[in-house]
Amino acid sequence: MSFWRSIGTGWAHLGTSIIASFLASLVECVEALTVVLAVGRVRGWRSALIGSATAIAVLLVIIATLGTALTHIPLPVIQLVVGTLLLLFGLRWLRKAILRSAGLIPLHDETAAFAKNAEAMRHLGSGHAGWDKIAFAAAFNITMLEGTEVVFIVIAIGSGHTGMLLPASLGAVAALLVIIALGLILHRPLARIPENMLKFTVGVLLSAFGTFWVGEGMNLTWPGADWSILALIAAYLLLALAMIPLCRNQSQIVTSNS
Amino acid sequence: MNWITNIVREIFGLFVDDGSFVLAILIWLVVVRWTMPHLRISPIAVGTIFFAGLALILVENATRYSRRRQLRK
Repeated sequence: MSFWRSIGTGWAHLGTSIIASFLASLVECVEALTVVLAVGRVRGWRSALIGSATAIAVLLVIIATLGTALTHIPLPVIQLVVGTLLLLFGLRWLRKAILRSAGLIPLHDETAAFAKNAEAMRHLGSGHAGWDKIAFAAAFNITMLEGTEVVFIVIAIGSGHTGMLLPASLGAVAALLVIIALGLILHRPLARIPENMLKFTVGVLLSAFGTFWVGEGMNLTWPGADWSILALIAAYLLLALAMIPLCRNQSQIVTSNS
Repeated sequence: MNWITNIVREIFGLFVDDGSFVLAILIWLVVVRWTMPHLRISPIAVGTIFFAGLALILVENATRYSRRRQLRK
């Protein structure tokens, strides 16, 4: 019985880790893809793709280095520090997703972002047939910027529990492959992906993980051990859903006639 | 080196969007860290109080932000 219970609690942790890592990475990859597509289409694909690939290689080295370094730090310390950062990160995402769902913050528009970036690339002169430093730098920068968030998410999710770094990394790699495949097939920004819904879900998951790990780091005894993560996810989800109409009602409604 | 500055700014922005929100969360963590071990209550109650404090901070901050915004209809 305890065997099945341990498998169950293991999956409660493993499954939610992979899903959280995959969805969070998906959001960041979509944003990076929009800019890389704009750079590639205006200035040429070779330099843009090499720029992105170089950034991905740098990010993989950072994950491997940090992942190894973190194994030398006591787990409760990691849980408290990384859990606090994850909590700040997750609650910030959740807050913004709630306000976006309530209509108080504009939704992220990938088509508009693509047009804006393509226009900016055109103003930097014509593309080159060979090596294009501007295309390389632009693609490298955006992949590093969005990738840094992915690295943090993977490290944060993966380091809070023994043996979770690999599953969290696999979730991020799966998201990257999905986005690369969609980019190759569609050759346009992924405007139809419900980005705010993804951010809402990720905000709920990361807030729950952060709360759980900070608690573990502070020696709080969670009832049901890892199963508490699922209870926290449910609690944050219900809270966030209830907050959307609450925030909408709190705002000053201005009719189009006034 | 401009990209390094951008990355440092991006990393800071990952956690800090609204200063009062971050400050409230950190204060609550310190309060829980130092008071809960002295209270003789069940683990379920501790976990619930910990979550309730975070939930309250989120609700207060989001509704305060909402009151300052105008929603067009």
